[in-house]
Amino acid sequence: MTTKKHEAPKNDKKKDDKESGEAHAYTPGLKVKRAMTIDKLRRLPIPGEVLHKIGDKVNYDTKVARTEISGEPEIVKVAMVLGVEAEDMTRYMLKKAGDKVKQGENIAFYTALFGLMKKSVPSPKDGVIESVSEVTGQVIVRGAPIPVEVDAYLPGTIVDVVPREGAVVQTHGAFIQGIFGIGGETHGEIKVVVAGNGDEITPDKIGPDCKGKVLIGGSLVTLDAMKKAAQVGVSAVVVGGVRHQDLTTFTGQEIGVAITGQEEVGITLIITEGFGKMNMSATTFKLLKSFEGYLACVNGATQIRAGVLRPEIIIPHEQKGEEKGDTFAMGMVPGTPVRIIRQPYFGAIGVVDHLPVELQAMESESMVRVLTVKLSDGTTATVPRANVEIIEE
Amino acid sequence: MEVLRHIRITMPALKKSLEDMQYILATDVGSTTTKARFFRKKDGVWRFYVAGEAPTTVEAPYEDVTLGVQNAVREVEELTGHKLLRPDGHGLIMPYDGKQGVDLYCTTSSAGGGLQMMVAGLIKNMTAESANRAALGAGAIVMDVIARDDGRQPYQKIQRIRNLRPDMILFAGGTDGGAGQHVMEIAELIKAAEPKPRLGVSYKLPIVYAGNKTLREDIAKLFKGEFALTSVDNIRPVLEQENTEPARRAVHELFMEHVMSHAPGYNRLMQWTDVPIMPTPAGEGMAMQLIADTFKINVLGVGLGGATTNVYSVVDGRFVRSVSANLGMSYSVTNVMKEAGIPNIMRWIPFKIEEEEVASRLMNKMIRPTTIPQTLEDLMVEHAVAREALRLGLQHHRTIATRLKGVQTQRTISDMFEQAIEDSYVKMMTIDVIAGTGGLLSHAPRRVQPMLILSDAWLPEGVTRMFQDSVFMMPHLGVTSTVYRDAAWSIFDKDCLLRIGTSVAAAGTGKLGEHCMTVELTMPDGTTVKEDMKFGDIKLVPLAEGLEVKAVIHPAKAFDVGEGPGKSKEATVIGGIAGILLDARGRPLYLPEDDAQRRDLLYKWFTSLKLYPEDPLKELVK
Repeated sequence: MTTKKHEAPKNDKKKDDKESGEAHAYTPGLKVKRAMTIDKLRRLPIPGEVLHKIGDKVNYDTKVARTEISGEPEIVKVAMVLGVEAEDMTRYMLKKAGDKVKQGENIAFYTALFGLMKKSVPSPKDGVIESVSEVTGQVIVRGAPIPVEVDAYLPGTIVDVVPREGAVVQTHGAFIQGIFGIGGETHGEIKVVVAGNGDEITPDKIGPDCKGKVLIGGSLVTLDAMKKAAQVGVSAVVVGGVRHQDLTTFTGQEIGVAITGQEEVGITLIITEGFGKMNMSATTFKLLKSFEGYLACVNGATQIRAGVLRPEIIIPHEQKGEEKGDTFAMGMVPGTPVRIIRQPYFGAIGVVDHLPVELQAMESESMVRVLTVKLSDGTTATVPRANVEIIEE
Repeated sequence: MEVLRHIRITMPALKKSLEDMQYILATDVGSTTTKARFFRKKDGVWRFYVAGEAPTTVEAPYEDVTLGVQNAVREVEELTGHKLLRPDGHGLIMPYDGKQGVDLYCTTSSAGGGLQMMVAGLIKNMTAESANRAALGAGAIVMDVIARDDGRQPYQKIQRIRNLRPDMILFAGGTDGGAGQHVMEIAELIKAAEPKPRLGVSYKLPIVYAGNKTLREDIAKLFKGEFALTSVDNIRPVLEQENTEPARRAVHELFMEHVMSHAPGYNRLMQWTDVPIMPTPAGEGMAMQLIADTFKINVLGVGLGGATTNVYSVVDGRFVRSVSANLGMSYSVTNVMKEAGIPNIMRWIPFKIEEEEVASRLMNKMIRPTTIPQTLEDLMVEHAVAREALRLGLQHHRTIATRLKGVQTQRTISDMFEQAIEDSYVKMMTIDVIAGTGGLLSHAPRRVQPMLILSDAWLPEGVTRMFQDSVFMMPHLGVTSTVYRDAAWSIFDKDCLLRIGTSVAAAGTGKLGEHCMTVELTMPDGTTVKEDMKFGDIKLVPLAEGLEVKAVIHPAKAFDVGEGPGKSKEATVIGGIAGILLDARGRPLYLPEDDAQRRDLLYKWFTSLKLYPEDPLKELVK
């Protein structure tokens, strides 16, 4: 990351006379909440059976719904194997559509020359004959249905049931969103492995006692540390940043489009700030540290396009002090805490100072709507409104 | 041949005759922003009036696109004082009554991921390829193309179809009266895979069958009860002919009936509009055809978006669209890096920067896609990525815009000395106009920037005019043109199509500093400007928008400007906000292998064109 400080464009006092009362934030902030009520809809991909009713207590691994998806089909070229015309094939079929078959069991048989010439076609799998086509000479054998189950993911209470689809699990706890993650849902006890939010997770910080844990780091996790974590059996790593090249090497592929969650790399990884070495926000670090030893439910799945999905860390607890959960507040007013999310002030935290209405020229010469931010070190920065996110704390 | 008149949708009952219309409203419901564009007839001439924008409301908690449309229209109302929305919230006041309302309302949409299709055909390079072109032409994102010879085993194809959640399937195969059994095999494969529609499992997945017509009954019997089947004329009735129009029309109709009607709020929106809702890329494609159709020229256009890159070509009247679904400047920016490779992005940057630093910045842009470059350094990195997205987009387009395969081609003696006849007919020397739209191109701080970015990426040859969408209204005008072509063209010509200028480029290669071409321009005041261009040089000659001058270009022996190596060419070149770009950098473009030399040359080009502010650029390359 460049450390060079760029001078903020000079403000024209006259232009600043007009101020926006409240401005739109373009990037919704990431949630960092100590205590709130969290509802999770646990849904089947296709209709099925819901196994619990409203009021039932569940643990994170309790199955809440199940269904079956149709089995894998297999195409068998019967006419071709028997060496007969497709339209004549039915004469040689031992099974008809709807019949159950076992793997290896003959489904068709052909004999000629008074039994001297015999050909048979065995079923490639256990299943049911789905169709016999006289046009193509193909038979489709459908395998056994595949069961699909959905667990509760969070320990809590069923508060709603969507018939045939799933249920809503409610819990009370801390809720922290990351900016990007890989790997799916997992669980583990929180263990902080660094002293401060600027410290890196290195392999020496990961020991056998980290097995099954959700590790909290500071600014960076190195490639070797990720490898060690996977080797030891760590459930998840939560950290400020990761280097692009390290992530590519670790996952064995370059991340092209941000749709993640399916990676099978041994751990779930959540970064809270961005790519490169980036200090975890002090608030996030402090909050996670205060829950050391608690169970965390973690999901690295991220989707930026078409319905934003951010990775999350949920820490169920009984502590009071409810905070407002789903706010759709996108408004910024002077005093709103914000984080700058692009160069030259990437990662800087401050509060909104002014919201001038007039467009202003950036160093890049782009004419944009801006805001001025009073940074924590006392200086002021002018940045495009699109380059900040509200800190929802 | 597919020209504009063929793809007009049946004219609906309009509220007023075209001659009596005074106001037109068009919207585009994009994946993040809904953009309203308001047009009016003033002194008998149709012009763009004002724009309004608001976030799209397709996702929770709103889940109703009409809210975003109303917000965007409300902004238009506030800016003009012209009342448009009905007080009861049920659409627009129609028609204009002398004080309020609008005479025509139409919209395009790409919200919720646009139209996602799967395509199947018999032979990969024949019917499957034709079906792919038809689906793309209809504005779809093609998720996969299944064919008998696509190199996958039947179980792999089944697995793939099962994992896809398409909005629709286009299925072609066989010439009329030709192959039957193999087409039915593909049909059985699709049926066995039981593909599920993306938007809700409660409705039947639409399939358009555009294959061998003698199989229609068998296909209908096979798919009965499980799919919503529509059969249309064969896409390849004979090998020598491609007939994509009926399939494309069917896709458009089904898009309305099945896909849009399942997206939140679209049923309401459909009642508000005068003409069917159209996928955004289809509207954009119509706008590109409007240029080609009006000037009777060959056009190569691009919509460089945040998630996708759409490339359109109209060459000798044939319209083809390609979409590179994962090449874009925000959501898909890291995919450009993945596809192009970091070294290819780095080659356009004239200052020293670590690869890891560029990669991190692009990853951070992907996870926070709405941020914009504040520093010059960041802007130049984005411009470097744009060149690669455009280059890859055109490379992909050329694989779609091909001659019909499976047709016997007469070969000449000279062809025998080539390895193969080139498949794509999109050749830069035959392109008369390059047109660009999309955020990065439209919002570039200096107008010469999109001109050079497009030149570097696409390497125009000979004399090429360069246009740009002024405030993103090509889709709006495309859909408007289906009803009122003349009004759409008037606005397009006067307010949408910014003339950036003309590129004059010599194809060929040489040594740095060698003579490449001489260009003589007879300026409007009668004076002659003569420019001797050396190989490796680039220069901008200012000529204002609206002016045309005569140019005589004399290329050196090894260079071609359209008439053959060393042969002079006369042409009329148009001015624009940038001017005339004289490009002697060679085709293919010459970039030194040596890193320092490459950076020096880039810096020389950039300063020669005043591409970026002088002092900060100097500071960066120091």
